[in-house]
Amino acid sequence: MNDGIAVAIRRSVKITLDGKEVAAPEGSSILQTCRSHGIDIPTLCYLENLTPVNTCRLCMVEVEGSRTLVPSCSRKIESGMVIRTDSQRVSDSRKMVLELLASSVDMSIVSPELGAWMERYQVDKERFGPLAAPSQIGDRGKTRAGHHHKNDGTIAATVAEPTRVDNNQYVRDYSRCVLCYRCVEACGTDAQNTFAIALGGRGFEAHITTEFDVALPESACVYCGNCVAVCPTNALMFKIEHDLRQVSKWDESKQTITRTICPYCGVGCNLEIHEQDNRIVKVTSPLDHDVTHGMLCVKGRFGFEFING
Amino acid sequence: MDLRTSGGPASAKEKEAVDSVISKLEKPSSVETNGKIAHVSHGIPFDNKGGQRDLLLPALHAIQERIGWISHGALDYLSLQLGVPPAETYGVASFYAMFSLEETPSTVIHACDDIACRAAKNADPAAFMNDKYGEPNSDLNGLMWIRSPCLGRCEEGSAALVQRAGEPHRRILLAPVDASSLADEMRKPSDQWTSTDSARVPQRGTDASALRLLKRVGVVDPLSIDSYRSHGGYEPLRRALDIGPENVIREIKDAKLMGRGGAAFPTAVKWESVARNSVRPHYFVCNADESEPGTFKDRVIMEQDPFSIVEGLTIAGFATGSEKGYIYIRGEYPLGEERISNAVSMAMKKGLLGRNIMGRGFDFDIEVRRGAGAYIAGEETALFNSIEGKRAEPRNKPPFPAQAGLFNKPTGVNNVETLINVLEILSIGGPDFAQIGTPDSTGTRLFCLSGSVNNPGLYEAPFGIKLGELLDMAGGITAGKALKTILLGGAAGSFVGPDQLDIRLSFEGVRAAGVTLGSGVIMVFDQDADMDQVILRIAQFFREESCGQCVPCRVGTQRLEELLTRIVNGTTMGSRNDELALLGKVSTVMRESSICGLGQTAANAVESAFKLGLAGG
Ligand SMILES: Cc1cc2nc3c(=O)[nH]c(=O)nc-3n(C[C@H](O)[C@H](O)[C@H](O)COP(=O)(O)O)c2cc1C
Ligand code: SF4
Ligand code: FES
Repeated sequence: MNDGIAVAIRRSVKITLDGKEVAAPEGSSILQTCRSHGIDIPTLCYLENLTPVNTCRLCMVEVEGSRTLVPSCSRKIESGMVIRTDSQRVSDSRKMVLELLASSVDMSIVSPELGAWMERYQVDKERFGPLAAPSQIGDRGKTRAGHHHKNDGTIAATVAEPTRVDNNQYVRDYSRCVLCYRCVEACGTDAQNTFAIALGGRGFEAHITTEFDVALPESACVYCGNCVAVCPTNALMFKIEHDLRQVSKWDESKQTITRTICPYCGVGCNLEIHEQDNRIVKVTSPLDHDVTHGMLCVKGRFGFEFING
Repeated sequence: MDLRTSGGPASAKEKEAVDSVISKLEKPSSVETNGKIAHVSHGIPFDNKGGQRDLLLPALHAIQERIGWISHGALDYLSLQLGVPPAETYGVASFYAMFSLEETPSTVIHACDDIACRAAKNADPAAFMNDKYGEPNSDLNGLMWIRSPCLGRCEEGSAALVQRAGEPHRRILLAPVDASSLADEMRKPSDQWTSTDSARVPQRGTDASALRLLKRVGVVDPLSIDSYRSHGGYEPLRRALDIGPENVIREIKDAKLMGRGGAAFPTAVKWESVARNSVRPHYFVCNADESEPGTFKDRVIMEQDPFSIVEGLTIAGFATGSEKGYIYIRGEYPLGEERISNAVSMAMKKGLLGRNIMGRGFDFDIEVRRGAGAYIAGEETALFNSIEGKRAEPRNKPPFPAQAGLFNKPTGVNNVETLINVLEILSIGGPDFAQIGTPDSTGTRLFCLSGSVNNPGLYEAPFGIKLGELLDMAGGITAGKALKTILLGGAAGSFVGPDQLDIRLSFEGVRAAGVTLGSGVIMVFDQDADMDQVILRIAQFFREESCGQCVPCRVGTQRLEELLTRIVNGTTMGSRNDELALLGKVSTVMRESSICGLGQTAANAVESAFKLGLAGG
């Protein structure tokens, strides 16, 4: 959460955006500037309430004078910058980034925006060959850094592995993990300060993990569910949703969302109660709510289970 | 702050190992390692703001050395002592190849399995280990061997690093080795094991007067500061102290010194922006992580003329107003580390480091840090993270190190070779230095010659020398062989053909030829080289060394390896041209959209090999 408070009067900076001269407040990122001018830029790791890690490289744009493309989510605008968001070079890069991702990660349940971007760039996930079968849980974490099992190249290596169901609050399906770092940030300094999870391993074997991959109940996890709230690809999913999806009963079109204030303590967190078939199936908080910034504690997030009984 | 741990208790030995590194720390009051919760009442923060997280790697090394692996209990104990969450500690430990997180035999042999050693005619280390011991990674009665990336001993053509845990713990680098010489060494009691102490500097015998950077190599006693001083050592520092920081930077600017670590950035610009930064303290880091396959120049300097690095860093610290210097040495260089550490403590004793250096009111300390098996830690911002006790993931730039580097403070960082050039500049003066080489590439350059030449070794020549002339200096191609290709600049560089021997080895000369000098690698391949295997190995290297942070590199290096495997095996998807088109697309996104130089250059050598028709039949 690095922005937010400092909305004091900022100087305005002139830049050229896709051929048009525009002015934007000093200190804004290229991404913010583009979005406020109606230019759609795909993002994956970026979330407005977390520190940008700029690792997904989906939001790349051209900046005149830069040898490489530039991550718009984290690069601040500078006076006189000439930016192109619509060139062939940019769209080739975005397509390839999405294809590399989709060839290694299961992106079958993603947000509607991400789905639309994948369509826009005509993502072919089998471009690098048929996808490899899942490995055993924990196997990917066992390789010594700098070593790997070589395949014969005819199948595309993936991060697929079975879903981890080790508690009643949420499940972890790392087949869907794009390593956006959002959950680690939410668990750590950006929100929760619990530090139950971190990046482990490196390279293609890099993965999100607890220490020695212990199950969540043995870890430092406090079940605030904030990691689930920020996950863009449903690698982290509330157990209720997971169970309903298993029997094909998850149906967002049948869900209603009610806004309320969390009753548990005096902080006043905004809650969004998602109901389906008269049952609370999920509790979220709006990203732009200035108390929570989308983050809740275990009571607000999962206290409804008493109501559902 | 509560830290929750999930392992069993640490053993007495494990605790001792951790305490040996962080004993000076005030201990949190209610730490229990076997209970579930520990309250860290001093609230040692997780980052470096006053905490001691930067002791994480040294402490992991201590456990690894004494026990041979890092158990869950040991990891928890360390985490509690430093106030770092166990998940984070695990994330750090699992990033580095030299740390083992499962029980491992006490002796581990890292057999070099990289392109130079593989070409060794009768002693490809991974091959003879395989013949003698069978498959890697298995327990052979207290011994295990594993494949290793380049160990920086390419001039000898077959290298192995041996790590032995316990008392005494040992780490030695041997080259050249074969099955029997390795076995002979291992039969000795481990306290008698010694790293090979030799340097191939063929010009020493023929053309010693041409040597500026290597002038002391093989001449001075690398353990003796008096010997160093009697060969001109510490005169440059005296002159620096005489003329003051601004004038030192002026000399560097007049000399037009460019960094030798790969990126060829003007050194004076870097120093100036650190010096001018009003945020304090300033740090200066010497990058001695040398891990680019084919590179061994920094190791030779560290082993044979270590005081020159300490002096060069001291001058850099003086010019930039830095309080503290770090020398980050790759973990595979035990002898280099030993000699540098000795040099630092001798310099301290003689008042050439520490308080009031040479009685001139300048204070500067140097700390030596050891890498743990990660090529990416050589990228400057990844290196800062590594010193800070984090995963060696490169940071986003800007901000640049001179603005916010180590511990987020203004930081200068230079390669070993860059820093020893500073001594020469202060000895002969910037303007005279600028007369050496070409107008745009001044001074001399170290070249690491390996492969099929008669006299492999470390060479020094003025910028602008032709590639062919350098090969002649090295005695030409191995007798009876024909030159097939030369890898210029390292695995991140590119291949050139036998018709390109007229390339001038200067920054502008290689730029015109569309290649790079990189870290000064010149690896020669003759007609017998199996280029398919060479490029596949290069692709595997990047695949194994990618930090994994960004998509183009993490997945791109994996796809590149798969694609090359298909081409080499003749199992292409569609036609060969389809594969080459796909290769082009993958390498473009890697070059354009990766965070750091690793991903940006990982496909260079491979692509150049295809352009020259060297690979894939
Ligand atoms: C993947 C990667 C590895 C690197 N490894 C090294 C290294 O081992 N030694 C080094 O001096 N520079 C290395 N560099 C370059 C450093 O980032 C940095 O540019 C250099 O240390 C600056 O010193 P110089 O200006 O003296 O060249 C590496 C860069 C990348 C991208
Ligand atoms: S390019 Fe590769 S090594 Fe560099 S940050 Fe990205 S994943 Fe890490
Ligand atoms: S959104 Fe910018 S790099 Fe991911």
